Amino acid sequence: MTKVLTGSDIEDILSSKFMNQIEFIGDDYVQIINNDSLDVFNYLKIDQKYDLLSSVTSVDRISHFEVVYHLTSLQKNESMVVKIKCGEDRINPNLKSVVSVWRGAELQEREIYDLMGIMFEGHPNMKRLLLWENFEGHPLRKDFVS
Amino acid sequence: MSTELVTMNIGPIHPSTHGVFRMRVTFDGETIIDAEPIIGYLHRGSEKLAEERTYTQVVTLTDRMDYTASMTNNQAYILSVEKLSGITPSERGVWLRMIAAELQRIAAHSVAIGFLINDLGAWHTPLLYLLREREKILELFEMMCGARITNSYLRPGGVFMDAPDEFWPSLNRFLDEMPNRLDDIENLLTDNEIILARTQNVAILDKNDAINASITGPMLRASGIDWDLRHRNPYDYYEKISFRRPLGTVGDNNDRYLIRLHEIRESLKIVEQCLDLIEPGPVQPEEVPFLVRPPIGESYVPIEAPKGELGFYLVSDGGISPFRCHVRAPSLINLTLLRDMVIGYKIADLFVTFGSIDVNMGEVDR
Repeated sequence: MTKVLTGSDIEDILSSKFMNQIEFIGDDYVQIINNDSLDVFNYLKIDQKYDLLSSVTSVDRISHFEVVYHLTSLQKNESMVVKIKCGEDRINPNLKSVVSVWRGAELQEREIYDLMGIMFEGHPNMKRLLLWENFEGHPLRKDFVS
Repeated sequence: MSTELVTMNIGPIHPSTHGVFRMRVTFDGETIIDAEPIIGYLHRGSEKLAEERTYTQVVTLTDRMDYTASMTNNQAYILSVEKLSGITPSERGVWLRMIAAELQRIAAHSVAIGFLINDLGAWHTPLLYLLREREKILELFEMMCGARITNSYLRPGGVFMDAPDEFWPSLNRFLDEMPNRLDDIENLLTDNEIILARTQNVAILDKNDAINASITGPMLRASGIDWDLRHRNPYDYYEKISFRRPLGTVGDNNDRYLIRLHEIRESLKIVEQCLDLIEPGPVQPEEVPFLVRPPIGESYVPIEAPKGELGFYLVSDGGISPFRCHVRAPSLINLTLLRDMVIGYKIADLFVTFGSIDVNMGEVDR
């Protein structure tokens, strides 16, 4: 059985090095701050063996956007959820791309940019994935009117 | 003699693109030096549509994602809904959906192998043998729920109706015949000299690259990683079932073909074990409401779909429809390394590699 880490389990892992990066601890996830998030992800991947990035996705929380990472460790058979809040408002949401850590984020981050309009800094090919280039707006946003 | 690079457009309408896949490929002679997938021709906005439907209605949308594996799509979605709303499924319902899911895996792998051989140039003859077997599974599905492709068979708590009495003898007949049919197919294909020459040591995928690129399913196992969610994270009643997990050694196109063939045999064994363990009873608990209204929260339950890890990330705001419904689509993510895998090979290897990845455009674009 894959062990799904609770929020406090994830806090234990991160607290030794990244205590001030933790913004909020939920029941089954930890929210980290946007700055220097790549350091946290590199630590999780290399030191904690979270080698598989299961999924990256985004949620429009009306007041702000958040990006959700589902990480899995094939060696330890564990999984965890890490979230990042993209700013306090809806204007120009952006965060660091994790493609340099996990290549698997490449297409998924493009999809998020396409449908939710979140920019990923440092992505090698940041353009729309599913919709065409001149499409206006980002359909998965709650304020999108077709 | 001076030569010039040629950039060519392949697809979206082409018999070897398994739907509407498009690639912009740059060639030096016949050698591929760059390939860029361009997708979105089948994008229907399923994730947005799901936000305006009730939890039960979304089941019909999941059918149309990977339309060669509707049952496993249903299963992934229903498991996520059940976790989100705390519904305990009825036992018989779970066994029925496991039987349906494993039959679906056989059907999906048959399609994958058939079209891979098709891409190799064996026009339609091996494909028809495999589609003939798939047809029998579709007839079984028709008995179970009245539909062949877009089943919508599962509901929160189990399935919507029990299989009729005539289903069980038909299923037993299928289970008896299928191993022989598989032997025939293996005699025809596995040691075929042309297939070996065209697939062995072509587009080798290293296991560390595969993990780093989030590749899952038969593709990851072909590279030698023992990661099958039915074994590592058993959902439904898979922990009561024993089965072997075939692994590849090289990670080339031939391994990806062989893995699927062996997995069909394992799925047959799983169905047989389910038949031994299934008992009469209700297929859905009575207390499951018609309108599911989960509490505020979120859930993600990954399952082993025929193409890899499939999971629905559902966010609930307490209403009758999902606030957010994201699909972790294995077909899309398995395409991440297509470019790296085909560079340096010939144009004819491009389609074989694409076929061996086994993507379904309905799931790539959603």
